[in-house]
Amino acid sequence: MFAYIVRRLLWAVLLLIVLSMVTFSIFYLIPRLGGATPETLATRYVGRAATPETVHLTAERLGFLDPVPVQYWHWLKGVFVGADFDYGAGVEHCPAPCFGYSFITKQPVWPELLDRAPVTISLTIGAAIIWLVAGVSIGVISALRRGTVFDRGAMGVALAGVSLPIFFTGLIALAFFSYKLGITAPGGTYVPFSQNPALWAYSLLLPWITLAFLFSAQYARLTRAGMLETMSEDYIRTARAKGLPERRVILKHALRGALTPVLTIFGLDVGLLLGGAVLTEKTFSLNGLGKYAYDGIVNGDLPKILGVTLVAGFFVIMANLFVDLLYGVIDPRVRLE
Amino acid sequence: MNHSRSWRVRGLTAAGVSAALVLAACGGGGGGTGSQQGSSNQSSQAVFNAASTSVVNPSDKKGGTLKFANPGDWDSLDPGETYYAYSWNFARLYGRSLMMFKSGPGKEGNQLVPDLAEAPGKSSDGAKTWTYKIRKGVKFDDGTEVTSADVKYAVLRSTDKQTFPNGPAYWEAPSALNLPNGYKGPYKTPNMNTDSAIETPDEYTIVFHMKKPFAAFDYLVQQPDTMPVPKDKDTGAKYRNSIVSTGPYKFADMQPGKSFNLVRNDQWDPATDPNRKALPDRIEVTLNVNADDLDNRLLSGDLDVDVTAVGVQPAAQSRVLQDPTLKANADNPLGVRNWYTSINPTVPPLNNIECRKAIMYGMDHTGYQTAYGGQFAGGDIATTILPPSIPGHVDFDLYPSGPDHKGDLDAAKKSLEACGQPNGFETNIAYRAERPKEKAAAEAFQQALGRIGIKLTLRPYPLADYFAQYCGLPPYVVKNKLGLCINGWGADWPDGFGFLSQITDSRVIRPAGGSSNTSVRIPEVDKMLDTALTELNTDKRNQIWGEIDKRVMQEAVIYPGVYSKALFVRSKNATNIMVTDAYGEYDYLGMGAQK
Repeated sequence: MFAYIVRRLLWAVLLLIVLSMVTFSIFYLIPRLGGATPETLATRYVGRAATPETVHLTAERLGFLDPVPVQYWHWLKGVFVGADFDYGAGVEHCPAPCFGYSFITKQPVWPELLDRAPVTISLTIGAAIIWLVAGVSIGVISALRRGTVFDRGAMGVALAGVSLPIFFTGLIALAFFSYKLGITAPGGTYVPFSQNPALWAYSLLLPWITLAFLFSAQYARLTRAGMLETMSEDYIRTARAKGLPERRVILKHALRGALTPVLTIFGLDVGLLLGGAVLTEKTFSLNGLGKYAYDGIVNGDLPKILGVTLVAGFFVIMANLFVDLLYGVIDPRVRLE
Repeated sequence: MNHSRSWRVRGLTAAGVSAALVLAACGGGGGGTGSQQGSSNQSSQAVFNAASTSVVNPSDKKGGTLKFANPGDWDSLDPGETYYAYSWNFARLYGRSLMMFKSGPGKEGNQLVPDLAEAPGKSSDGAKTWTYKIRKGVKFDDGTEVTSADVKYAVLRSTDKQTFPNGPAYWEAPSALNLPNGYKGPYKTPNMNTDSAIETPDEYTIVFHMKKPFAAFDYLVQQPDTMPVPKDKDTGAKYRNSIVSTGPYKFADMQPGKSFNLVRNDQWDPATDPNRKALPDRIEVTLNVNADDLDNRLLSGDLDVDVTAVGVQPAAQSRVLQDPTLKANADNPLGVRNWYTSINPTVPPLNNIECRKAIMYGMDHTGYQTAYGGQFAGGDIATTILPPSIPGHVDFDLYPSGPDHKGDLDAAKKSLEACGQPNGFETNIAYRAERPKEKAAAEAFQQALGRIGIKLTLRPYPLADYFAQYCGLPPYVVKNKLGLCINGWGADWPDGFGFLSQITDSRVIRPAGGSSNTSVRIPEVDKMLDTALTELNTDKRNQIWGEIDKRVMQEAVIYPGVYSKALFVRSKNATNIMVTDAYGEYDYLGMGAQK
């Protein structure tokens, strides 16, 4: 088990380096191959009245005059040993792990990522609990009451949940619950858990529910399908024949079998969201990793994008590792080697 | 820079009803809504667009909190680097430049008044040297008195374009400050003598030396980069997060990318400042707020101002315009921006003026207006380059387009015949791919000119390189037959120079690309611009701006498009709501709060 985990972690480091190379290439190598010069790349980081000299100076400051592999090496070196940043009036050392400085705001990326991560983690964990409980419960009940009004109604709502984008449901929910009824927090509200747990929950309640509405729909459908398949297995019939109570048959035997695919997708979803719930954070004006990434993309702010990409990659890898380990607990047939 | 204004005064009856309704809604507590009709331009009536020319909800009540929000991040709060109209408007709350735009509604807001300076500049040496006396007793928020050296330092640091690449470039432009060769700002060349550019003979006198005459110099020193910066507190590119204030407010709770607050600066002395009322106790600013959610919060009263002044989003526009109560609490001012199209005379057959005139006559103005969002969100149909809010603007229309503004097709066909292209011709129209309104404008051109046989092919280009690589690169324009380039320009300040110099002076066109002027190459206009820069008489100077406008239009190298407008929603909590013509936005300096 230990060797397995170490091996997976080493792969994770390699994967993150490859991920950073691909992201770097998309933003800087491909445009250069397409004919862009260091100056044209620097144009978007200067004001509209910039002279050619200003553009050149900016290209120099941002390191665009170096060959792309050298630029990447400088960035990678910063991650492991830190880097120096010239802010005009002096030079500041950015300690490792230094993910560089934002081209636009001139702020170091790593502290910003650390600052925003709690928002995204709070959003993801809260929503994940809701959607897992709600989705699996609805899925189980629908499967057990197949063809009933509840089943049809639940699957109809689930279909709506999957179909409606969060920037639509989120804005409608804000307009109705926050501004018309005044029972939930307005957009842009976030109170850290450490400051006030009750207000933390209040500030995130609407984003949680809206995000969970989207995901629980998928989980309800997935759980229902899994349950229907499992309930027809021989071992369920055997369990019933042994005289086990129906509750135990469902919860211990049927649900356990149906949960494996749910767990797989849960790991991926949570990992992706921990790397930045872009649309949810943008809709609710939450300053998490997702909105940080969005700002980076809109402004072509590569250090921000690279930072969030690596964090997202890290979370996806870790979430999958966690899920793989969990398989062994849920399904005794799985052995990790 | 963003702006707008227009006049649609409704019938008195309708206005009265609306006013009564909205007064009931806005009037309430706080004592801030009482009508103080001391001035003819003050009004407590809630009438559509009333704040464009008068003060809505006037009050001198102090206290309360105003809540601002920005749908994006601030470009920079550093006065030496910021380059958005809203930011210059807002900077007056925490900084004092040598001159400033007066806090007032409409045209009153367009007047320059001394701020840190005691009086407007005194010129000598043929408008190349400008002297200002600084007020005594003005202090930084740490209690240190402001001296002329602090202003000099602020201007010089802004010329370091490696550290501050985003700000305006008037000081270090080839024709601007007489800086010594090789000067790279106070960080990289700290020991270089810069007295050839700026002298400070005593603590309260500052003298600027320009390489060329600059008659409208007072406009230049209203830029935030003349707001003093204490050298020992300057942290270069990081100063944006630790600004030392000289205005009535100073920064608190700065959280870059998220929010910041302005609180009262106890070192600000109203006796040194005749321009600011400083009504609210506190101003809270939230950054990166979802634009649609921001509109909802404005309409619900949870927020007071969208600081960027881009106007409400399409979803809220229809809601505001269809609801009489909401509409009565909205304003639709004209900005100091034109969304125009360059007609490039270097691309045959547009090298023939008659072919260019055919485009001017044949274009459907309403189609162009609709492309930009229509009458309320897009703007008014323009017939001149200078927007009406800029002094020197003269109303004229050299290419009448008929009563329905759909174009004069007969005149267009005659022009085509005179051009030797009676059946039309083919050319391309470029626009910024990321801007759907520009695409719609290009399609409007395509449809309108198709009526007279001119076939246009749409050519989208990336926004970031639009001028550097495509429309602003003269050889590319010719080689790729970009006859038309969708364009737009907002003045850095509401003056003919601020508006015209970068889009009508042929000398700003760079062979290597990057200029916003892609089509105007008229030596006579270059000379007129030079003459205006030496003309110290404001009226005569304004007259020249109007003449330049007409001369460029005679050459048919710019299709003027629309004078931009935006739909603003008034705060339920704010007092003294007025649109200043200087920025085409609500005046943030005079605004107060009821609670």
